[in-house]
Amino acid sequence: MEFFVISLLNGVSYGLLLFMLSSGLTLIFSMMGVLNFAHASFYMLGAYFAYSLGLQVGFFPALLLAPVLVGLVGALVERYGLRTVHKYGHVPELLFTFGLAYLIEESVKVVWGLPAVPFRVPAFLDGSLFTLYSTSFPKLRGFMMLVALLMLLAVYLLLTRTRIGLVIQASLSHPQTVEALGHNVPRVFMLVFGGGCALAGLAGVIGGVAFITEPSMAASVGPIVFVVAVVGGMGSLAGAFLASILIGVLQTFAIALNWSLAGLFGTLGIAVSEQTPLYSVWKLQLSEVAPVLPYVLLVLMLIFRPKGLLGTRAD
Amino acid sequence: MMHFNVRAAAVAAALVSISSLAQAQTVKLALIDPQSGLMAPVGINQLNSWRYIADLANQKNWAGGPKFEIVGFDNKLSPQESLNALKQAIDQGIRYILQGNGSSVALALQDAVQKHNERNPGKEIIFLNYAAVDPDMTNSKCTYWHFRLDANADMKMEALTTYLAKDKNIKNVYLLNQNYSFGQAVAKAAKEYLARKRPDIKIVGEDLHPLAQLKDFAPYVAKMKAAGTDTVITGNWGSDLALLIKAAKDAGLNANFYTYYAATTGVPTAMGAAGEDKVKYVGYWNANNEKFVGGDVVEGYQKKYKDDYYTMATYTGIAMLAKAFKETKSTDPVKVAAALEGMKVQSLNGEVEMRKTDHQALQPLYIAKWVKVNGKDVKYDQEKTGYGWKTEALLPTYIATQPTSCVMQRPK
Repeated sequence: MEFFVISLLNGVSYGLLLFMLSSGLTLIFSMMGVLNFAHASFYMLGAYFAYSLGLQVGFFPALLLAPVLVGLVGALVERYGLRTVHKYGHVPELLFTFGLAYLIEESVKVVWGLPAVPFRVPAFLDGSLFTLYSTSFPKLRGFMMLVALLMLLAVYLLLTRTRIGLVIQASLSHPQTVEALGHNVPRVFMLVFGGGCALAGLAGVIGGVAFITEPSMAASVGPIVFVVAVVGGMGSLAGAFLASILIGVLQTFAIALNWSLAGLFGTLGIAVSEQTPLYSVWKLQLSEVAPVLPYVLLVLMLIFRPKGLLGTRAD
Repeated sequence: MMHFNVRAAAVAAALVSISSLAQAQTVKLALIDPQSGLMAPVGINQLNSWRYIADLANQKNWAGGPKFEIVGFDNKLSPQESLNALKQAIDQGIRYILQGNGSSVALALQDAVQKHNERNPGKEIIFLNYAAVDPDMTNSKCTYWHFRLDANADMKMEALTTYLAKDKNIKNVYLLNQNYSFGQAVAKAAKEYLARKRPDIKIVGEDLHPLAQLKDFAPYVAKMKAAGTDTVITGNWGSDLALLIKAAKDAGLNANFYTYYAATTGVPTAMGAAGEDKVKYVGYWNANNEKFVGGDVVEGYQKKYKDDYYTMATYTGIAMLAKAFKETKSTDPVKVAAALEGMKVQSLNGEVEMRKTDHQALQPLYIAKWVKVNGKDVKYDQEKTGYGWKTEALLPTYIATQPTSCVMQRPK
């Protein structure tokens, strides 16, 4: 029971981090149709900015300032990079963000160096939030969950309850009309791109302090972000939320289970031993293939339900 | 006419002797290791370590004439990229290859070097492996042109379990390793040796996870906790070890960690205070050894690169090559390889012998524990954490020495 509850908590909190990470990507894609390959790089920038700012002003101001800075960088990238590439269509945009990811990674290496930076958890968040049976649940993970939920709430309210949110939504489906009504649509796009990057930056602050802040942290989360976006349904915030939690819990529990096909055959009364052909396949444990499972899910989803869990595009 | 020919011949001969002299003066060593990607911080640290020791050898003229130059090739930790790098190095006329990160890479290079040398007599190359520790490379797959400067995974496990067996509080051991030849070798050796030395210890869990891909180790820690683990044995390195220890700290897992690579780049920062008294490593050297041998290297390296020197095999490697150059008065790999067989040198951890039968270096091994720096027996910290490694045990060479199944095919 202890194991189940702790694993569930681990899974959900990891899922929530994934959500923070991918919500920006989904937003940008749904609003602008740009598949941002550099999204994970903004996540990394968030971590590094927060590390450097944290040394000056402390962790909590950095938690707020770093995403704002990342958002600014994102807005500048949109204004002076993407916007000029935009008129050539989506493929050049894709290539642009692809190149940008490398640029950001190399810049980070030049500025902060190759080894991991000592981004430490502030004393306030160090320690355990509560103890379940005998396992302590770290405050930092609780904080991670709280920030993700607050973020979800804020983005939801912003998009549905505010004027700017309505303009954003309208620019998505009817840009000409919105423009005719006197709104500056390119500026709205710039806001959205900057905002999406800021969300990635926020995830970066949390992810950097919870795991490790080093130049390859972007490359290591890059692929999983796309899995979340595709499984949830391209452009669906709610879908991204569902998919993140699903992947987080799936991966956590897969690691926990030592199931294998050999074991399954065993319970069915078929003996499998080292002499059996393809033994190396049968003896593979679920825990060993756990890291691949999200990608299995990605492939299956694309085959059987290409629009994703809650996607609206039927293609 | 005749006169002219003689003169031309004399000029040609002079040119040849000049060029061979120039060759004899600088020996290039190609370092094929990751200099980008997740394991880059480790690879860069080691590139600098080789450079530092090469400079040292050049200043003090260890080789009696020839100078060393390290040329870095980025292999992105991929066997395929490494073979390309090897080809590049060969094209540049480099005859000495250095590599250490990832036994998967080392096995590919070992095989490629062997084939190259069989097909290109007169252009042989030597492969100095300074950190890839899959035991097979000096057993069933041993080759003449491969020399291993590090202790292999079995030797380290022998030392580690000898030390571990004395602690009667250890009852439940969990094995977590990276899923490739090295990680599998560690898990296998741990099970065998523990069964031999402490049959009462239970292996409560065993897992293999992919190399350099995971970020969240909390699920594994939950599993360890559920299994009642009191000791974890792991061969993980780089971020795979740093994140594991961080996750264990967060979940309040009160277990000892017996590792191979807790002293490598990135891990000390991740451990910080959380690893105090709990994390141990087995290796061929510790900066905080009984007499601080190598302290000048640690300090000089820190000053030059603002980083920690820990890959002591670089010292052994250059010392052995220098001695071979000096003894044979040549930098020809054929002569040098013959001289390296059975060679003994004084390195920073004492005497190191390159065993003739399998080209496995035999050397004393250290077990060290992560503690606060106290200025007495723990002088040097790592990554400015204020913590460093206290020597817990110094195991003489014979303890970890393993028999070999190598049948060495020597060139005729």
